[in-house]
Amino acid sequence: MLSIDAGVLEAIVAHARRDHPDEACGVVAAPAGQEGPQRHIPMENAERSSTFYRFDSMEQLRVWREMDDRDEEPVVIYHSHTATEPFPSRTDINLASEPNAHYLLVSTRDPGPAEVRSFRILDGEVTEEPVRVLNAIVDPVAVQSYMFGQSPATVDYECRA
Amino acid sequence: MAIEVRIPTILRSYTGGEKAVQGAGDTLADLLTDLDAKFSGLRGRLITPEGGLHRFVNVYVNDEDVRFLGALDAKLNDGDTVTILPAVAGGALGLLAAAALLGRPLSDAGLASQRF
Repeated sequence: MLSIDAGVLEAIVAHARRDHPDEACGVVAAPAGQEGPQRHIPMENAERSSTFYRFDSMEQLRVWREMDDRDEEPVVIYHSHTATEPFPSRTDINLASEPNAHYLLVSTRDPGPAEVRSFRILDGEVTEEPVRVLNAIVDPVAVQSYMFGQSPATVDYECRA
Repeated sequence: MAIEVRIPTILRSYTGGEKAVQGAGDTLADLLTDLDAKFSGLRGRLITPEGGLHRFVNVYVNDEDVRFLGALDAKLNDGDTVTILPAVAGGALGLLAAAALLGRPLSDAGLASQRF
């Protein structure tokens, strides 16, 4: 299961929206081996493509060193799909290279709420996992900016507590 | 001549879990040969059967990407740090389209072999 801070998840979805129609990508860093404060690090998509992403190699070196210095790990590696479902493509699976990371996918294909799903990718095997949102502030009037893949496909905004 | 080599998580199975190891060599190619003698199989994860650096691995000498230093011919000096990081890449693209984008034929097996 992925536990992710509500503010970090909102920031990831906002990044995916901002870069649409290009794929957005980035990292969530957190202290190694324990639950702790999560840091959202939006990364440059060096490919600037709507169907492919790659971290800029120099930015990656800087960010990975910084995580090392702070004893953090890349807990989440996220990217967006701009026209398809938030499920790892063959390319995603073949190139997955952080065995301990949660691979978070955001689809911005719908101009409404973005779809969010999380996966483990290990040796070519994809396993979906539930997402738990931490520190969420419940605002019954707020319009959701994202929904989970496991949620019903329609969201009833009229439903109020 | 000692070079510190920083090993990414996915390759630490070759180094007994070590995050950093010591190696020697005047060039990156020499260093990888030296490392492979101690950590058998490591070199094969970084170099293609054709003898070039894998497209989806980033290798740095100190603060420079070796792609700008002559790749495997990059010169090394005593006290340098070599950092290996798997590229973080992917996307919705199918494999054929990925091949077109990368400018060379890429079979499914070809891409899988790029995998770390």
